[in-house]
Amino acid sequence: MDLGKQIGLKDGPATRDAFGKSLTEIGRENRNLVVIDGDVSNSTRTEEFGVEFPERFFNVGIAESNLVGVASGLALAGKDALAASFAAFLLCNAYDQIRMSVAFPQANVKLVGSHSGISIGEDGPSQMAIEDIALATSFPNFTVLVPADAPSTRAATRAMFEQAGPFYLRTGRPKVPVIYEEDFDFKIGKANKLREGSDLTVIACGLMVAAALEAASDLEQKGIKTRVLDMHTVKPLDVESIELAARETGAIVTAEEHLLAGGLGSSIARVVAETHPVPMAFVAIQDRYAESGKPQELLEKYGLTAEHIRLAAEQVIRRKQR
Amino acid sequence: MERQFLNTQKTTRPRSIDELRDISWRLSRQIIDITTKASSGHPSSSLSAIDILVALYFGGIMNYDPSQPNWSDRDRFILSKGHGAPGLYVTLAEAGFFDPDLLPTFRKLGSPLEGHPNMRVLPGVEASTGSLGQGLSIGLGHALAARVDGRSYRVYVMIGDGEADEGQIWEAGMAAAKYKVDNLTVLLDHNKYQQTGPVSEVMPALFPIVDKWRAFGWFVEELNGHNMEEVMSTLKKVQDIKDQPQMLICHTLKGKGLSPFEKDDVNRKHGVPLTEEEATIALAELDKQYGRSGGGD
Repeated sequence: MDLGKQIGLKDGPATRDAFGKSLTEIGRENRNLVVIDGDVSNSTRTEEFGVEFPERFFNVGIAESNLVGVASGLALAGKDALAASFAAFLLCNAYDQIRMSVAFPQANVKLVGSHSGISIGEDGPSQMAIEDIALATSFPNFTVLVPADAPSTRAATRAMFEQAGPFYLRTGRPKVPVIYEEDFDFKIGKANKLREGSDLTVIACGLMVAAALEAASDLEQKGIKTRVLDMHTVKPLDVESIELAARETGAIVTAEEHLLAGGLGSSIARVVAETHPVPMAFVAIQDRYAESGKPQELLEKYGLTAEHIRLAAEQVIRRKQR
Repeated sequence: MERQFLNTQKTTRPRSIDELRDISWRLSRQIIDITTKASSGHPSSSLSAIDILVALYFGGIMNYDPSQPNWSDRDRFILSKGHGAPGLYVTLAEAGFFDPDLLPTFRKLGSPLEGHPNMRVLPGVEASTGSLGQGLSIGLGHALAARVDGRSYRVYVMIGDGEADEGQIWEAGMAAAKYKVDNLTVLLDHNKYQQTGPVSEVMPALFPIVDKWRAFGWFVEELNGHNMEEVMSTLKKVQDIKDQPQMLICHTLKGKGLSPFEKDDVNRKHGVPLTEEEATIALAELDKQYGRSGGGD
């Protein structure tokens, strides 16, 4: 993918790879950690954990409902339980199991969905989770993390084991640019300000954070100063940073690799409407499913590039000036 | 590993068959009583299950301590057929998990005795159930946790026969057999009726159910779920089964054969409480069934 190249960002590991590596490291320190797999460990990257700790790794087969239920039972019995599958199958197939066996009883289950968004490429829409953020954020008392790169994925993986309760961590398939230094300050529920600006704010998550930084750089050429926030925690939202962005910059563009409905943008719009209404625009997948193709081609066709963010920014600034 | 019966509380003292029958009689009365008072709930689905619950909790089968509901080594019981909540509530109250004075608050606003079990509000409830098909997977998770942690507790899960329509039950069945969890026993309350009709009509392909579970690698046995001697001896026997989860197909009567339920040949009054008049008849019949007279509470 071309993501981040224009501003000199270098590709790092895919977020699923960063997650898998981090999981094994955490498993060495935390003997209470158990991992449940729906026969996709070589895709979600829980495989390495399974090889090193076979007695704490359970492959329950291609059966997401049972995957989530077994994770719930292990968690209710006191284990730190993590269940991973493709985001689409985990959230969509096992939605009611997550509701009844995890969210409602507040079981200490960490769910990890890989292959999120359309950037998985050739496998096509059946494998692309574009509804998962909407579904995961719909559960009361759920924490939803969408990290942008490898270092923030490692930090997010660690952070979710430091807090009791249900989590959903969203990871992706392609290599993504590295934005953060290792050991940066990652705090659940606290957005990271990656760039200061006074004319508008782009709030993004996942791989759209790199696109937002690119767009901000383009906009600067035109004299538009853009603040960029990485909203890695989609739930609970950093309300304070959003309100501040609205007050101080007067316009907001959101960007996410997810459907417009029920995603990061809609959640932020709710906060903006209630705190300090300003013009907003949304870069997201419109009301449709994608198709097979190369990741870069798909991001371009379905409107998820720095260029799309730039156009949305210019549009929102025109509305701001009216 | 030897099972450790550390708990010497009188609530877990094994009772005689006569004592167990006496408890069943009283708890069956309470099921009718609280559902009729609430004018809602599932009395017939609770009555089919109650004798099994009584054997588990009072026959010395389950190891538990009501003063420490989260004791790590406790045996677990999960009511996957969550609509049988009234039967679970009267059992847990009898076992001392909470004050029996709470029973009349069943299904009332603010009561921890919700329509379906909520583990976050009532001690002794091991899983929040009511969306069918989910309890067996949760039970399997507990059973696997015992293995990982080197503990010797057992897990009991009760599912309904109609509930076995759910695909997740069979997913969990395969996984339990794969991992050879022998500390997991399922009580299938085979009361023959589901919401819109007889199980044999709604989902005839559920049968032959014994062959199905055997083919899934489980130890399977059929029993009369209202015969206390048979329930007790089977529950004791399966504790010695190695390397296989156990499926007990418990033949039961939805509504325990009481005439107000028997009159309904569609679903034995599934999810319908008895009226005051019907309850009076049912209670009298219950007393007669148990050779008792008048209340006992």
